[in-house]
Amino acid sequence: MEKLLNMIKSEQTQNGYVSEDAMTHISRELKLPLGHVYGVTTFYSFLSTEPLGRHVIRICKSVPCFLQNGETVAAAIEKELGIAPGETTADGRFTFELTNCIGACDQAPAMLVDDEVHGNLTPGKIKKILQSYD
Amino acid sequence: MPEKKILTDKIEKIDPGRIGSYGVFKALKKAIGMSPEEVIAEVKASGLRGRGGAGFPCGAKWEMAQKAKGDKILICNADEGEVGTFKDRYLLTHNPYLLLEGMAIAAYAIEAKKAYIYLRAEYRYLLDGLLNAISQAEEKGYLKDLDITIQEGAGAYICGEESALMNSIEGKRGESRFKPPFPTQAGLFKQPTIINNVETLSNVPFIMNKGAKWYSKLGTEQSKGTKIFCVSGDVENPGVYELELGTSLKELMDLAGATDIKMVQVGGSVGSIIPSDNLHTPLAYETALGSGAVMVFNSTRDVVDFAYRTIAFLNEESCGKCTPCREGTEVMLEVLGRLVNGEGMEEDLDILENLGTVMKDAALCGLGQTVPVPIMDTLKYFRKEYENRISQSVLLRSLKAV
Repeated sequence: MEKLLNMIKSEQTQNGYVSEDAMTHISRELKLPLGHVYGVTTFYSFLSTEPLGRHVIRICKSVPCFLQNGETVAAAIEKELGIAPGETTADGRFTFELTNCIGACDQAPAMLVDDEVHGNLTPGKIKKILQSYD
Repeated sequence: MPEKKILTDKIEKIDPGRIGSYGVFKALKKAIGMSPEEVIAEVKASGLRGRGGAGFPCGAKWEMAQKAKGDKILICNADEGEVGTFKDRYLLTHNPYLLLEGMAIAAYAIEAKKAYIYLRAEYRYLLDGLLNAISQAEEKGYLKDLDITIQEGAGAYICGEESALMNSIEGKRGESRFKPPFPTQAGLFKQPTIINNVETLSNVPFIMNKGAKWYSKLGTEQSKGTKIFCVSGDVENPGVYELELGTSLKELMDLAGATDIKMVQVGGSVGSIIPSDNLHTPLAYETALGSGAVMVFNSTRDVVDFAYRTIAFLNEESCGKCTPCREGTEVMLEVLGRLVNGEGMEEDLDILENLGTVMKDAALCGLGQTVPVPIMDTLKYFRKEYENRISQSVLLRSLKAV
């Protein structure tokens, strides 16, 4: 049982999402009901049952970033990528999500791209940052 | 009172990649020269309380675990998800050794051989630095009786709540547990467990080195030592500020360069609201503290918008296990959604107040119990803004009816 979350996490890291096949495989290996594996997978926001892009953009929507106009930065990302929050670009390069506080409120507005923090964002900075991810 | 730097003193001069720049674990050596009971007595005498938000007396927690039977476990809570809080990130980034020394002392005191650091997924970029710090401390022989595992989270605010955190380490959904049993009796894998915040454990080496007597002279009657505050929002200089507990909010606002203040939320998303008239409030457990998050709102900010955004966050992060929190946040969000959209009704404020009372009394864990705090506080200090939303809604409806 205690291996479950880590197994799901490594599936997420290796394949970019946790497929139904992967959940079935894990449930057999650990002799746990499939519903249990699905329940854990869908509880956590960094785990996904749908394929994600090569890079995941998570822009903070919590109060400190909101106070520093985080919404205008989110709008700039939407415009740059042509997708709405929760969507993935057609070329599979980016998934764009709104997330809760990432603990970078001293650099608000901030976002994570994969495991990297980008802070003190303005709409004008977005294009260049996104260009650095292939 | 200016800043009182203890944990953060010269912290940015430490090279987090080299244990040599931190120095030897003197406090650990001193602790090992004492009995576990003596170490616990020292921590108890210091008056140190939990720095994650709940403020439970640290020494008492250790004592309960030490006296319990079983394979003791120490958990460091590095799931810093409280909105507006980034002090643990700051400590882990600049001085992971301080935490490791604190953990080694705590483990010695409760006689634990196994420890976990639960690191939130959003802080994955801190993982390599922490692993490196652990391996350096191991090489120096500081952790020879202690096995430390880093368990990474997977994105869930509730996992900062100790029982949900333990469920997550056990590979389960991060849902809160019923208490009792308390973690010190039956915690992780049903073993006696203590869960301490990064900042709490980082205080311990100073208590050991300088003594409980020195430590307990800092702060107020019920709040000893210093606290790292995280200032964000409408200020010139957002960032971390370490202050002696009991320092007034006004002094922190002056340090951070806040000139136009409507209200300040202290303690995170479920923290108390302090209106500008009450800036003389001391920052302490007995008044307002929480996680040490301090969010500043200037006079242009709308209180109902703030309330809506805060409840939207809590509604999303409620684990869903208990009805008062799962459904309560849902209904609060619906009511506040009406108000922000100009569809408010006369009875809306009564609904919010009734719900708040029920949730405070009936929710399973600290999340659900404290959800009403920002709503009740803003209703208390800024009721007019809520009432305006309702009268505007009535006007909008009558205009549409014509």
